[in-house]
Amino acid sequence: MALKLDFDIVGGDFNLAGKASSKIKKKLIQLSIDSKFIKRIVVATYEAELNVVAHAYSGVLTACFEPDYITVLVVDKGPGIEDIEQAMKEGFSTASKRVREMGFGAGMGLPNINKNVDELKIESKLGVGTSLFFKILY
Amino acid sequence: MKISEIIDLTEARLVAGNPGKQINIERAFSSDLMSDVLTLDNHQIILITGLANVQLIRTVEMADVPVVLLCRNKIATPEMISLAEENGIFLLETPFSMFRVSGVLYENGLKPLY
Repeated sequence: MALKLDFDIVGGDFNLAGKASSKIKKKLIQLSIDSKFIKRIVVATYEAELNVVAHAYSGVLTACFEPDYITVLVVDKGPGIEDIEQAMKEGFSTASKRVREMGFGAGMGLPNINKNVDELKIESKLGVGTSLFFKILY
Repeated sequence: MKISEIIDLTEARLVAGNPGKQINIERAFSSDLMSDVLTLDNHQIILITGLANVQLIRTVEMADVPVVLLCRNKIATPEMISLAEENGIFLLETPFSMFRVSGVLYENGLKPLY
């Protein structure tokens, strides 16, 4: 039976951003997953978490730990992504000045998620929200 | 390069991390852009930065960066120190600028990441 963990993400709260990824990292260490995979998983998860904090109102992150892989699903309530293809391009960003001042919003998040995962699906509806799913094989 | 050497060369102060733990740092990366830090491949590096916020520590936790040096008298907040301690991250503060820290450490043998 796979282990499933759910986390709530609060839009705009940068002090809490990373809490879910941190707990997932500790769980992966506990499960003795190779550090190379842990880094890919937590970087992708953290980028996804940051996207919700930076762009959406709220979100739920669900991580499923399977024997040979992990899946992460992040569903947010937010403005949605107008053009997913454009958002996947390095350097394209709609992040606010505040987000940029914190060292993010350089348009590298989604491309970096794409680089670290084995499977990625993004669906978005304008004015409703975005769902991002990825899978990483150990 | 040992942490103690980095401290000596940059006149830094250790504000988080176990001074008894020995680690060897071979490469350095200087940046204020956390998005960039999240794309790094190398593990045993020091991050030299002018940014001092909780997200810096979260970012290095996820990117597996073991040592962070805050430049030009940036002060680590108690939240940053406690998060660094929780994750075994060395956190240092130096009065030197990012340029000077980078120059001094490069001159003394630290290699660039790219």
